Amino acid sequence: MQELNGEKTVKAKKERTPMPEQPAEERRKNFNEVALGYTKEDALAEASRCLSCKEPKCVEGCPVNVDIPGFIKLVCEEDFAGAIEKIKGTNALPAICGRVCPQETQCEALCVLGKKGQPVAIGRLERFCADYERQQGVKVPEVPEPTGKKVAVVGSGPAGLTAAADLAKLGHKVTVFESLHKAGGVLSYGIPEFRLPKEIVRQEVEYIEKLGVEFKPNYIIGRIKTLDELCDEFDAVFMGTGAGLPNFMGIPGENFNGVYSANEFLTRVNLMKAYDPEYDTRVRLGRHVVVVGGGNVAMDSARSALRLGAEEVSIVYRRGEEEMPARREEIEHAKEEGITFRLLTNPVRILGDDKFNVTAVECIKMKLGEPDKSGRRSPVPVEGSEFTIPAEVVVIAIGTSPNPMIFKGSEGLDQNKKGTVVADEETGATSKCGVFAGGDVVTGAATVISAMGAGKKAAKAIDEYLKEQ
Amino acid sequence: MAYKVLNKEEIAPSVHRMVIDAPDVAKAAKAGQFIILRIDEKGERIPLTIADFDKEKGTVTVIFQEMGKTTKQLAKFSAGEFLEDVVGPLGTPSDVRKLGTVILVGGGVGVAPAYPQAKAYSKAGNKVISIIGARNKDLLILEDEMKDASSELYIATDDGSKGHHGFVTDIMKQILDSGEEVARVVIIGPPIMMKVGAGVAAPYDVEILVSLNSIMVDGTGMCGGCRVTVDGKTRFTCVDGPEFDARKVDFVQLMNRLAMYRGEETKAVEKYDEECRCGLH
Repeated sequence: MQELNGEKTVKAKKERTPMPEQPAEERRKNFNEVALGYTKEDALAEASRCLSCKEPKCVEGCPVNVDIPGFIKLVCEEDFAGAIEKIKGTNALPAICGRVCPQETQCEALCVLGKKGQPVAIGRLERFCADYERQQGVKVPEVPEPTGKKVAVVGSGPAGLTAAADLAKLGHKVTVFESLHKAGGVLSYGIPEFRLPKEIVRQEVEYIEKLGVEFKPNYIIGRIKTLDELCDEFDAVFMGTGAGLPNFMGIPGENFNGVYSANEFLTRVNLMKAYDPEYDTRVRLGRHVVVVGGGNVAMDSARSALRLGAEEVSIVYRRGEEEMPARREEIEHAKEEGITFRLLTNPVRILGDDKFNVTAVECIKMKLGEPDKSGRRSPVPVEGSEFTIPAEVVVIAIGTSPNPMIFKGSEGLDQNKKGTVVADEETGATSKCGVFAGGDVVTGAATVISAMGAGKKAAKAIDEYLKEQ
Repeated sequence: MAYKVLNKEEIAPSVHRMVIDAPDVAKAAKAGQFIILRIDEKGERIPLTIADFDKEKGTVTVIFQEMGKTTKQLAKFSAGEFLEDVVGPLGTPSDVRKLGTVILVGGGVGVAPAYPQAKAYSKAGNKVISIIGARNKDLLILEDEMKDASSELYIATDDGSKGHHGFVTDIMKQILDSGEEVARVVIIGPPIMMKVGAGVAAPYDVEILVSLNSIMVDGTGMCGGCRVTVDGKTRFTCVDGPEFDARKVDFVQLMNRLAMYRGEETKAVEKYDEECRCGLH
C-alpha cells in the first residue's frame, strides 16, 4: 500500500488496515469509484487501533470538530448506528468528507499513533459509518419548533449545505439558492464520479431537504435578485458562493479549440456526464492530453481524461512533487493509473493548426529558487530549455477566483483585492449587516472540509444574530 | 422543478417561437439578456437569447432555428409540455439609454434578439432605424413586430424576394452615407454577418455593438468556455457580454471556436434523425 512509506519495522498493529481498491488497470477504463470502502471486519480491525486518547489531538485537527474517539469507540462496539449519529452531531456530510477530506493533513496528521507509525485511518472509518447508514436507510432527526426566522443561503456547495443543515436543525426556515440545475456546487460539477459518486451527493442533499430546507435551483443571485433584495426578504443571508471563476495563464494560444479550464472540462464530464453516450453534452477527446497544475483538480482532470480514452495524459507542474498541493493519495492514484508527471515544467505557449485546434504545448524547464510568499521555493525558468509536448486537449487547472456576479447590486459588502469577501474568521460576519460568508468566497479556493467548517461557524453566528433581533 | 411551454409555433421554415412560463426570469429580464435551457435529464444546456418577456404574465419568449440535435428536439415540443430547466436572465443587459438615432441590424434569427432592443431603445426616446434580413422572404421573421417597435424599418433578402435585393449591411451603409446622424449601430446575426457588418460600419464615426453567441455551459462565468478575444484580452461572453465593441472583437477566433463541436454535432443529428425515422422517439 502507498501509505507504508518504508515503515517495515513497525509492529503489525501500527499498520493501518488497507483500503480495498479497484485495480489500477481496470479503474483507468471506468468511472466507478476507485476506493471500495472497508468491510465490517476491516472497520473493526482499524477502529481497534485507536488509543482513545484522553485529550484527543485529532479532534483539534478537524475543522468541524467531529468527536473522533467517541465515534471510533462506538465502531469498536459494533454500534455503527450510534457511531454515525455521533459524527452527524457535528458533520452533516460524512459520506462526502470520508471520501474527499485531506485527512492526512487534518485529523490524521495529529493522531498520536502517527508519531511512531501510521495514524488511525479516521477518514476511512468515517466513510464506513456513513455508507453503513445509507445502506440501512438514513434516519432524519426531529426538527425543533420553527423560530419564525428566515435565512437565505446562496450557493449549495459544501459551505452552503453545512450552514443550511445546521440552521434548519436550529428551527430556522432556510432557502438555498443555486445557479446550476443541480445542488452540490463543486461536489456535483467538480469532483469526479470515481472519487465521489454523485448518488452520494444526491442523498446528502435529500437528507438536508428532509430537515425542511427548500432548494431553489436555476436561481441566480446577482441576476434574478440582488443580495440587497435578499436582505430585505430574509432575516439573514449566508453567502457560500465559492470561487468558481477559472484562472487562465494568459499565454499565447490559450483560446484555441481544445483548451479547457478545469471547471469546464470537469463540468462537462461530471455534471453533464459527457462520458456517457446517452447524454447529449460532449467533451473533446484527444490522444494526448496535457493538464496544467498540481492540485486535486489537476489530478481529477488528468484521471478523467485517461478514463475518456486518452493514450497519454501528462500533468505539467512548475514546481516539484513535494510542492504539489494535491493530496498524496490522489497523486499516488494518478501515478498507478499511468499519468505522466512532468515536474519543474511550465507551459509558455499553446500551438495550434490553421483551424485553431490545439496541436502541442510548448514548455520550459524550471528550477527552484528562493522561497516565495507561500513559503515554497519559487520556480525559475531555465533559459533555452524549451521543448514541446504533443496535445489535442489541454486542461488549465491553476486555480479559481470568486465570481463577481454576486456583488452586482449589493451595497456595503467589503471585498479585498483578490475579489474575495472580507469576513470575520470566527463568525463569517461581513461588513454588511445580516450577511455572513464562508468557504472559498472568503478564503479563495480551498478544501471541502474547510468550507464546511466555515459554514458551521457561520450557522452558529447567524443563530446568535437572529436571537438578538 | 419544470418549466411549462405555453405556446410553440413555427414562424418560418425550421424557425420556432416558444413562450415559456418562467416568472422569476421574466421579472428580472432586460433587453440583451439570454437564458440557458435543458430539455431533459440527459440534455445539454443551450443558451438562447430572450426575444420577448412579459413581466405580468411571467413568461419569456425564445426564437430558435433547428440546427443541432437539441434545437431539433425542442422543435417537437408543443404547448403544455415541460422543459427540465430554464435559467436566467443571463448576460449583462444592453446599455440602453437616450442616444439619438440608433440603427438595429438583425439577420436571420438574429432579428429575435434585436426585437427587445428595438422596443427598449424606442422606449428610451431614441429614433430606431431597424434593418432586418434573411436569405428569402419565407425566412424573414418578426416583420410586423419590428415595424411596431421602430421608427423606420428596412428589409433585405439575399434573393431579392422581398425588400432590398442584397444584404442588410448594404442598407446600413446607405443610411450611414446619407448624412443621418447615427449614435450607435447594433448588429445581431450570424457571426459572418456581424464580422462583415462591423467592417462596413468601422470607417464611420459611430459606436458599433455586436451580440455574440459563443458556446457555453453554465452561463455564469464558471466554465470559461465562451471566451472571446476583445481588444486583445480574453473576455467571457456570458458575464462580460454578450454585447461587445464590434471594432475590437476577434471574429476569426469566435467563428473557429463556434465550429469546435461541429463534427460531434453532425453525428448527433444523424443519430437523432435515424432514431426518429425508426420510430424510437
